[in-house]
Amino acid sequence: MLEQDLEKIFQNKIDNEIKIEPKDWMPDAYRKTNIRQISQHAHSEVVGMLPEGNWISRAPSLKRKAILIAKVQDEGGHGLYLYSSAETLGIGRDEMINDLHIGKAKYSSIFNYPSLSWADMGAIGWLVDGAAILNQVMLCRTSYGPYARAMVRICKEESFHQRQGFESLLVLSRGTDEQKAMCQDAINRWWWPSLMMFGPKDSESTNSDQSMKWKIKRKTNDELRQQFIDMIAEQIKVLGMTLPDDKLKWNEKTNHYDFGEINWDEFWNVVKGNGPCNKQRLVAKNKAHDEGEWVRAAAKVYAAKKLNRQKEKAA
Amino acid sequence: MHTYLTNYLLHLADTALILSQRNSEWCGHGPILEQDIAITNISLDLLGQSRNFYQYAATLVGPDTTEDALAYLRTEREYKNHLLAEQPNGDWAQTVLRQFFFSAYQYLLYEKLQSGPDEQLAAIAAKALKEVTYHLRWSSEWVIRLGDGTEESHQRMLKAIDELWRYTGEFFMAADYEKEMAVDMASLKAAWMKKLIAVFEEATLPIPENTFMQTGGKTGIHTEYLGFILAEMQYLQRTYPGAAW
Repeated sequence: MLEQDLEKIFQNKIDNEIKIEPKDWMPDAYRKTNIRQISQHAHSEVVGMLPEGNWISRAPSLKRKAILIAKVQDEGGHGLYLYSSAETLGIGRDEMINDLHIGKAKYSSIFNYPSLSWADMGAIGWLVDGAAILNQVMLCRTSYGPYARAMVRICKEESFHQRQGFESLLVLSRGTDEQKAMCQDAINRWWWPSLMMFGPKDSESTNSDQSMKWKIKRKTNDELRQQFIDMIAEQIKVLGMTLPDDKLKWNEKTNHYDFGEINWDEFWNVVKGNGPCNKQRLVAKNKAHDEGEWVRAAAKVYAAKKLNRQKEKAA
Repeated sequence: MHTYLTNYLLHLADTALILSQRNSEWCGHGPILEQDIAITNISLDLLGQSRNFYQYAATLVGPDTTEDALAYLRTEREYKNHLLAEQPNGDWAQTVLRQFFFSAYQYLLYEKLQSGPDEQLAAIAAKALKEVTYHLRWSSEWVIRLGDGTEESHQRMLKAIDELWRYTGEFFMAADYEKEMAVDMASLKAAWMKKLIAVFEEATLPIPENTFMQTGGKTGIHTEYLGFILAEMQYLQRTYPGAAW
């Protein structure tokens, strides 16, 4: 069959909401875009374990400690499903992880910000997971089958994390003056980076058009960002806290909140590696990987020995 | 009247909590993602066990006591955990060996406790036993894999044994509250050794011959590590007294 016919069949499936499966023909660029996006997503889950893991040892109550450990462990699990989804496109986990470790593959820039107080655990759950969910709910309907199915499972856990994050901030917002201050400070620091999670403005986004046509994405960066702002601007009222944007205002004409200008210089700087923790995050992942080398090697050798013994026994 | 039971519960709770705290240090830093999740899961199980024991102990201590007061507001000298639990993670060999030593002991102990006279304690032990069964299987497999893996992993296991063996005797030296609880230490020790020999043989690891054992944890005389663990763990409760989280 001619490539243009294959491409037609492919686009027809997408237009008719039929999922693309691993063995189906797909354009190279579709495969590459999915590999890039799914592996970035997997890396984000795994790197995201660091800023939150940072507070496990210091969680202020046993209940909060249990919630946090379970949450970070969930993120690791999400990383696993996503690496597996990406593998269905013909790339190995080792290669993806290597790309992360040498700085070639990206992960969500949000995790290059430091977690500085206990309230950050709540703010990350509420704002960062909240922003991620909007993207992920959309991805439950993405055109690549294994990715869409992984997202369905992930979304269930993420929405639970967001509620836990909000609830944790709610307790702080009703606590002592110091706790209230801690809560507001965390919101101030995480608000703008959360808005940046949706990526550049539509007018600046290079990958958007093709991704929309292929239904990898179904909403634009700006649409998702606006949806997030509208949601959070209401929820913050329940906390009795404020968002650090004096231009944030309900607009009756658009039926949306207006908001201030995002600092895109900061965004591009963090993407390029100049965020507060880019270096530390990669150092931590590389260190864990390098120090685990002998463990993985031993496991491999032992597995081979065991297999040989079984064969000898059988013979 | 419940003093010995309270102390015993605190001992069980403290040990589970401190080992949970240590294991959780691996979260995000494990040698491979699946094992990162596994060790974090064990940490979570141990934390859950400690909460059950603390909650029960709190009901015995009095109406103003909570699980958090017991975990966060007691000092190094009041903590009654095994010395083994507070030892540093070291490398993966040391972590899995510590877990194996402990899980093998905990498995046998909870088996006894689940049919003991105190109903509440028996129920907690029975529930935890399911988790500990997995911890024991997981850690046994790792001890065997590393012992019988590469030359390097074998050497690292030997070093881990050298580091940790001296903290295992404390399992079987009864503190006063354990004597009151009538835990049969001698039969525990025999069964533990039997399990250890079976796993070490398969792992091609030698059974340690030195018999000098460190002790003190159960009565609040710890190694220098515990103070730092508590300083970190308790800092928010200590900095903001009385705050709810």
